[in-house]
Amino acid sequence: MNFRRTALRVALFITCYNDTLFPETGKAAVRVLERLGHTVEFPSGQTCCGQMHWNTGYQAEALPLVRRFVEQFRDAEAVVVPSSSCVAMMRDHYPLMAGELHDEALKRDLNVLLPKVWEFSEFLTKKLGLEDVGASYPHKVTYHASCHGLRNLGLGDGPIQLLKSVRGIELIPIEGLEQCCGFGGTFAVKNADVSAAMLADKTKAVIDTGAEICTACDNSCLMHIEGGLHRQRTGVRTLHLAEILAGEER
Amino acid sequence: MSRIPLDPATAPAFPKAAKVSLHDLQLRRNVKHATNVIQTKRQRVVGERPDWQQLREAGRQIREHALAYMDEYLEQFERNCEAAGGHVHWARDAEEARQIVVRLATEAGSREVVKIKSMTTEEIHLNNALEAAGINAIETDLAELIIQLGQDQPSHIVVPALHKSRHEIREIFLREMGLKHLGEEPADLAEAARTYLRKKFLTVQTAISGANFLIAETGSVCIVESEGNGRMCLTLPQTLITIAGIDKVLPRFQDLEVMLQLLPRSATGERMNPYNSIWTGLHENDGPRNFHVVLMDNARTDVLADPEGRQTLYCIRCGACQNACPVYRQTGGHAYGSVYAGPIGAILTPQLQKMEHAQSLPYASSLCGACYEVCPVKINIPEVLIHLRNKVVKQQTRGMGRLNPEAVAMKVLGMIFRSESRFRAAQKFGRAAEKPLVNREGWIGWLPGMLGGWTQARDLHAMPQQTFREWFDAREKKDRGHA
Amino acid sequence: MRGKRKIAAMPERTEARAQILERIRAAKPQAPPSDAAAAWEKIRREYKVAPDLPPAEILHLLEDRLRDYDAQVFHCVPAEIAGAIARALQQRDKQNIVIAAGTPNEWLPPDFHFVEDSNLDAHALDQLDGVLTGATLAIADTGTIVLQNVPGQGRRASTLMPDYHLCVLFASQVLQSVPQAMRMLEQTATLPTTFFSGPSATADIEMTRIKGVHGPRFLDVILVQDIVQVRWMASDDSPPMKSISVSIGSLFPNECCSG
Repeated sequence: MNFRRTALRVALFITCYNDTLFPETGKAAVRVLERLGHTVEFPSGQTCCGQMHWNTGYQAEALPLVRRFVEQFRDAEAVVVPSSSCVAMMRDHYPLMAGELHDEALKRDLNVLLPKVWEFSEFLTKKLGLEDVGASYPHKVTYHASCHGLRNLGLGDGPIQLLKSVRGIELIPIEGLEQCCGFGGTFAVKNADVSAAMLADKTKAVIDTGAEICTACDNSCLMHIEGGLHRQRTGVRTLHLAEILAGEER
Repeated sequence: MSRIPLDPATAPAFPKAAKVSLHDLQLRRNVKHATNVIQTKRQRVVGERPDWQQLREAGRQIREHALAYMDEYLEQFERNCEAAGGHVHWARDAEEARQIVVRLATEAGSREVVKIKSMTTEEIHLNNALEAAGINAIETDLAELIIQLGQDQPSHIVVPALHKSRHEIREIFLREMGLKHLGEEPADLAEAARTYLRKKFLTVQTAISGANFLIAETGSVCIVESEGNGRMCLTLPQTLITIAGIDKVLPRFQDLEVMLQLLPRSATGERMNPYNSIWTGLHENDGPRNFHVVLMDNARTDVLADPEGRQTLYCIRCGACQNACPVYRQTGGHAYGSVYAGPIGAILTPQLQKMEHAQSLPYASSLCGACYEVCPVKINIPEVLIHLRNKVVKQQTRGMGRLNPEAVAMKVLGMIFRSESRFRAAQKFGRAAEKPLVNREGWIGWLPGMLGGWTQARDLHAMPQQTFREWFDAREKKDRGHA
Repeated sequence: MRGKRKIAAMPERTEARAQILERIRAAKPQAPPSDAAAAWEKIRREYKVAPDLPPAEILHLLEDRLRDYDAQVFHCVPAEIAGAIARALQQRDKQNIVIAAGTPNEWLPPDFHFVEDSNLDAHALDQLDGVLTGATLAIADTGTIVLQNVPGQGRRASTLMPDYHLCVLFASQVLQSVPQAMRMLEQTATLPTTFFSGPSATADIEMTRIKGVHGPRFLDVILVQDIVQVRWMASDDSPPMKSISVSIGSLFPNECCSG
């Protein structure tokens, strides 16, 4: 297969929780991007986008993290992030935060940087214009649309098109695709009972598909869904979209 | 027939109240069914309008504009309403509003008043004040009647009794209306309410209503309804008292062309609701002989003063956010401890009340954004929720509050994220610290303290032995070695 | 200032008024750049206003909507209104019908009892079988008919108490969109105005739609064809088909004084 086009220097913003809890997602993202002929860089000073602090109300703690992100990625040709909620944080809230800091220079920096920031699936479909990335994954899979990808980023059926092009995959649609899984960051612990009730609906929908794997563009939702599926001993696993797209024929 | 109104000042925190609702399986079934039905209908009629997004944008701009010139428009409304024979009263807060309404009802000489469903009167607990003055308030909206007779609480802006099943309603009607026989079909129950209320409509001489819109340009009031109980109240009694938040004002009659498309489709999933009434002051031989409008602030100006929170006042009370909200759909309305439930309640209540009474409400959301997506006037509810969370945190971390475990944890995490080396160290530390909790298959089934909420319903897989950055470092090193 | 105060006298009222207005001025977004009227003109209204359906389809749309609400629709030409009214009343088995002052005499068929509403009280209205009115206009998009307090339509109570409403609507009164209607109503905006879209209804019990709670439970509409569509084949250099609408009302004013 030939994916040769202008090779890009892609800076990967792995996100704090993928770095710590889901390194396989990062490895898979690197594999896919390199297979497509691009170079992947990892600015090592990166940590967290600030979403958890911001969304929980600790805005003072979140503000320095915006500056940190800008410093780390200002020279990037393209920034790829395998987490739709972190990208939503940047696009929807960073400009607000710069406003709160009354920092004109930061606002200018964001105006330049943010258009270069892409969620992983979005980078493939919108920036590179691809649907088939040469993957093979002969399993039954269902796709969970995370809320931030669906509503804030408007990913639409981009991820589904990517999945449909995977060799050997059997993609099974889920009931209530647009329904939140109930993760919601600190919501999952602050409102544990409601979150668990929402999760129960989601795991039921996942199980009803008969899929072996539930995939998404967000490991945060998946960690929550996986936790529920494992607690119920269902045998259904979760996997980030990048890990499916990294699959190769053996 | 006094019932204790939902009061944020005394209601339990949301997670606690939600737990109670979650155990009520009948309630959850009813709520889910009702919200599913309305959502499906809404989707269909919204889908019919190719200009829906343009209508939403116009709706938002009209509301934004009305707030920017609110003082002028209220004065204009007052002038035009009074010129047409109405009387306009101003109430700074709930207490003042209650006093005005009770005085007007007393002056009208009524021992009974008929009421149209009104969120505003619920907000100020008007019925209890009327009762204290010896005036019996009769709710005439079918759902509100069910709530009143059942000594219950409304749980939805548009369909306040959606948590009740037909069997429960039948029980209430049999008991409270003193009936011997009553069928079980919804039509039988509606018929019973029709008969019960018609007697009241024909005799009671004072009515109390809310308002959907006040039109500054003409001094008119607009009420949107389905059952005709509104029309009964607006048309038959001698005295009509309308109470409206100052945020209800619209600049011009023409603005209704937007609102009357947005509201019914969003609220009940109808192209138009069965009845809209628009009237201006008094009209000879048609409608009441005395007409009063009470314009109430009750902290709306405080909301107006907050640039981030201000958009909350765009709300036209359609309830679409409630139907779309995955949290509301699990818990129903009572858990919100206020007449305003669901996402709009989670942002409105903390702003109308003292925040201390509603600190848990801004957190009653997974920030999924479904509310913003359906809001007909484009209130960015998730953004306002986050803004209010910040206010809560500021309030909770004052003085000794900064030592609360969550605040400390957030502070420490903030510090960690500000430095690469600290972050790397924390990752290593985490791996070591979680070891005692990890079982043989590599899963964690129990977590201590705040994190216990997680393992209540979910397992957590153990941290991998290598972080991504460690893998990437190693790879780079190897590549350099090869080079 | 939020406390327990007696509000009885005017000074207190003006004090509350002054204070609320003062709070608003202090709270609202900083000084708006232009006056209210100019700012209002700038509101973006990119939604549909003008009709995009031909007249015949607008009528079909209205009919569909009305039937969707379980209303019956009868058709007639202006000269046959009385006959159509008789058919509807007969079919519904209604005898005693209230009408507003100004209802055209030639509408009223013999063999029924029509009572002119001279400020009848609610009890009296409650005893009658139905009400017959004209209409101000109708909106096809939403299946809405608008009544105002004018001759032939009358007081709001008269269309509320009886259980049956028979409404005579002229095709020339049917508009497609809500904005068209509101702009038309602007001239008479301060008259008591009622929009109704089907009979009263509720879905308060388990979301089951029940027709008729307090208002009339039964609605029939007589749609009077006062517009003739003239279609002709045009010459070769013109568009192939053209249609114009002519209101018969303008040709036979006596037949169509709907108020």
